[in-house]
Amino acid sequence: MPATPTNVPEPSRTDPALIRNFCIIAHIDHGKSTLADRMLQLTGVVEQRQMRAQYLDRMDIERERGITIKSQAVRLPWAPTQGGDQGGGAGATHILNMIDTPGHVDFTYEVSRSLAACEGCILLVDAAQGIEAQTLANLYLALENDLTIIPVLNKIDLPAAQPEKYAAELAHIIGCDPSDVLKVSAKTGEGVAELLNEVVRLVPAPVGVKDAPARAMIFDSVYDAYRGVVTYVKVVDGTLGKRERIKMMSTGAAHELLEIGTNSPEMTPADGLSVGEVGYLITGVKDVRQSKVGDTITQHSNGATEALGGYKDPKPMVFSGLYPLDGSDYPELREALDKLQLNDAALVYEPETSAALGFGFRVGFLGLLHLEVIRERLEREFGLDLIATAPNVIYRVDMEDGSEHTVTNPSEFPVGKISQVHEPVVRATILAPSEFIGAIMELCQNRRGVMLGMDYLSEDRVEIRYTLPLAEVVFDFFDQLKSKTRGYASLDYEPTGEQASDLVKVDILLHGDKVDAFSAITHKDKAYAYGVRLVAKLRELIPRQNFEVPIQAAIGSRVIARETVRAIRKDVLAKCYGGDISRKRKLLEKQKEGKKRMKMVGSVEVPQEAFIAVLSSDSEGDAKAKK
Amino acid sequence: MPSVLPDGEPMPQDGALPASAVAGAAGRPLGFYLHVPYCATRCGYCDFNTYTATELRGSGGVLASRENYAEMVVEETRLARKVLGDDPRRVETVFVGGGTPTLLDAADLGRMLGAVRDEFGLAEGAEVTTEANPESVDPRYLERLREAGFTRVSFGMQSARQHVLRVLDRTHTPGRPERCVAEARAAGFDHVNLDLIYGTPGESDDDWRASLDAALGAGPDHVSAYALIVEEGTQLARRIRRGEVPMTDDDVHADRYLIAEEALSAAGFRWYEVSNWATSDAGRCRHNELYWRGADWWGAGPGAHSHVGGVRWWNVKHPGAYAQALSEGRSPGAGREVLTDEERRVERILLELRLAEGCPLDLLAPAGAAAAARAVTDGLLEPEPYAEGRARLTLRGRLLADAVVRDLVD
Repeated sequence: MPATPTNVPEPSRTDPALIRNFCIIAHIDHGKSTLADRMLQLTGVVEQRQMRAQYLDRMDIERERGITIKSQAVRLPWAPTQGGDQGGGAGATHILNMIDTPGHVDFTYEVSRSLAACEGCILLVDAAQGIEAQTLANLYLALENDLTIIPVLNKIDLPAAQPEKYAAELAHIIGCDPSDVLKVSAKTGEGVAELLNEVVRLVPAPVGVKDAPARAMIFDSVYDAYRGVVTYVKVVDGTLGKRERIKMMSTGAAHELLEIGTNSPEMTPADGLSVGEVGYLITGVKDVRQSKVGDTITQHSNGATEALGGYKDPKPMVFSGLYPLDGSDYPELREALDKLQLNDAALVYEPETSAALGFGFRVGFLGLLHLEVIRERLEREFGLDLIATAPNVIYRVDMEDGSEHTVTNPSEFPVGKISQVHEPVVRATILAPSEFIGAIMELCQNRRGVMLGMDYLSEDRVEIRYTLPLAEVVFDFFDQLKSKTRGYASLDYEPTGEQASDLVKVDILLHGDKVDAFSAITHKDKAYAYGVRLVAKLRELIPRQNFEVPIQAAIGSRVIARETVRAIRKDVLAKCYGGDISRKRKLLEKQKEGKKRMKMVGSVEVPQEAFIAVLSSDSEGDAKAKK
Repeated sequence: MPSVLPDGEPMPQDGALPASAVAGAAGRPLGFYLHVPYCATRCGYCDFNTYTATELRGSGGVLASRENYAEMVVEETRLARKVLGDDPRRVETVFVGGGTPTLLDAADLGRMLGAVRDEFGLAEGAEVTTEANPESVDPRYLERLREAGFTRVSFGMQSARQHVLRVLDRTHTPGRPERCVAEARAAGFDHVNLDLIYGTPGESDDDWRASLDAALGAGPDHVSAYALIVEEGTQLARRIRRGEVPMTDDDVHADRYLIAEEALSAAGFRWYEVSNWATSDAGRCRHNELYWRGADWWGAGPGAHSHVGGVRWWNVKHPGAYAQALSEGRSPGAGREVLTDEERRVERILLELRLAEGCPLDLLAPAGAAAAARAVTDGLLEPEPYAEGRARLTLRGRLLADAVVRDLVD
């Protein structure tokens, strides 16, 4: 039976001393959603019969992939129990606000804002796998935000669990005693009540000035088709009352509060939110870009003058051209992107035209997962068939004449005398069993990495740090890393600036015509290998035509690789008699359909599949095959 | 006739045709195709609608046996008369195909032909062809065919090489088809065809030349040469998939076609359709030309296809089901399609482009016409007929006919 406490404090009238704001940092699959499910049940906010797995994950893609893209906050009442004895000896009923955080490197900024709304965090690690790089990165973020860390090992019910080993590892990383590491099974519920007690005991209560003008930090902003934008906030100072007029401090824009409340776990309106409280507000705004994560909300009149720190505009790091397979779907693609943007302030796009692919958009993403998620949602939720060009980064090109170009699409790489090309670099952190050090170093070296350092986390696990060009990371690096370490390595990276590099543009020519979609910017030393690989692949993919088709890779006017698709010599059915005619006409209709799916590049018919196969990296194909 | 039936709308029980199909019928020639769905054994490459005695046993064989088969075709011919009503046309061509028509007694073939003659009448100088298996005819049989009114005979020779015939599962011995030609001539047939297949796994260029030489040496006035098509579901397809015999490359097919064109034209043959050559206009198969020129024909027998005035229909495949329908006075039609004007235009292009006369350029839409102009530049269509308003394939164009069709129907 859930231990539902009595005398639950109400929103806007809750003593901050009884509030505990915490989040859960965990790697994909380490059981965060399951743990959240148990907490919902144990605190009684979700009745047993309404329970479904991964209650808080709303999007299909989130549930399917076991990742959380958008964060939420749930208000949980909890009276601490003694030694897990849920019946008696209960203390005062506390309010635990569990703030769900996105679990992926692409959403680091959103994670950092979620963390900024908390005073403590549960570091949840799979007792059979140990900590992963992304978890470590988020842990560092939590430490930067001065959060109290509660280390927890999950899945202790698994036969493969090694709680002692990983408790030692966690203790080593955060500098505590291995005995401080809690051991739970989110699946069976074992140890979850004790964990909630520890949250009450260890996480500091929020501190703020009650009588000051209100300052609330937006840590998430979600578009809802029925209600408009739902903004999640943590009130740091003062009180926000219902039907108040509020102001976004970054823009000065004023909005009427239509509703304010908390989630437990469904939206429940309240009179207001006061110091330390976490909840949602609705203003009738229709676009998340008007209610940006990290921004500070205050009263419109006599509001605060100084915003809370830490606000940043999201900046796309990775770009890809998205084109509808069927050109007539272009308006639908535009509409779909418009809709997604309502809910994703980090998504930017502008129309572009490709000679090979037709009309599409150059879309900027926070990272590869962001790209994949958006692409999948476009295909699944909007029923679009898309070709996505190989992801690329932003290059800054200085010309000898002093002009400067910003290149987000390789085909726009300037011609003429170039003095320097700059590319973004990241600091990558890789965690892996020590037996893979050699393989990982080789991979990073190959990808133009510069080693920054290496530390042993435990006897047999290491943390390796490299500076890598982002361009090398976005192109199948993670898949390579996984395959070279039998899936054991984990990766995190953060942008650290840019560097000048010897970069060139490699063009692909079909029958003498440049195919803009296949142009790529690559390091001088790798241009040849890239060219050879691509023309060989295209030779396999381009069907024989009525004439011979040379395929060339070139840097400027210099051809670096060449293959030839021989002319087709026979394309005729031998027999065509009375009984063959209907069949033959139907075959022709089918072939015409197939022909429609061909893109004309100059005079060459190129199947869509060729674009897809070439533009998606090798390893992505492998990954799909494995699914 | 491939065994897979197309998708279409259901056939009315009485087989009645829409008024659109019969309109203007008098201006079109009418032919009859009579299918004989029996073979002694099934060849490994064959996916035609045919049955061996074993295949039929216990599956409706009572209703549809070789013994009473002619009667059923006679029955369907009477149905045809009913459906076509007072259509005054006499029949220009009759073609008996299979299967192996010559597994039936010559008298049976005569009875089937007789029904057509009785119900419709044969036109002056009508062409009456039967396919024949070299092993199942002898001089006497051929004489009886001639007496029954047959004017043309087509032998399945396929190859002059034993090892090629073996891959094809053909049972006749090399040399036998050539002797058949002489026997047919002796029996009084003016028109004799030999069917050849090239590109059989294991066949070399020289094997193919030898087959052409043997065929030409026998003195037919018509030769059909087909690239071997490996149809899904055949024994040969399975053997190729298992790697027991190699798949023939398309480039090899192209080479063999050029060899055929060279040998046949040297012997005085001219192509008149992509896979058909004749020594003179009189030697052409007029029945097949009917197919290619959108004329009307009635196909009788299981799985047979018919066409009358833009309506295509096809009979149920199995001889048992076929006999059942006829015995109950129903049409054996399994399905049909009533072609739209655009479909008829597309069919005309895809069929007529295969002919030496080519297809008229005024059939083409603007995009297709532009494609035709490019095809002339690319050496796929001949410039002179083009200047006179016809799209006629060059030798290279014949090998790429399907690609040209795809562009021209735009």
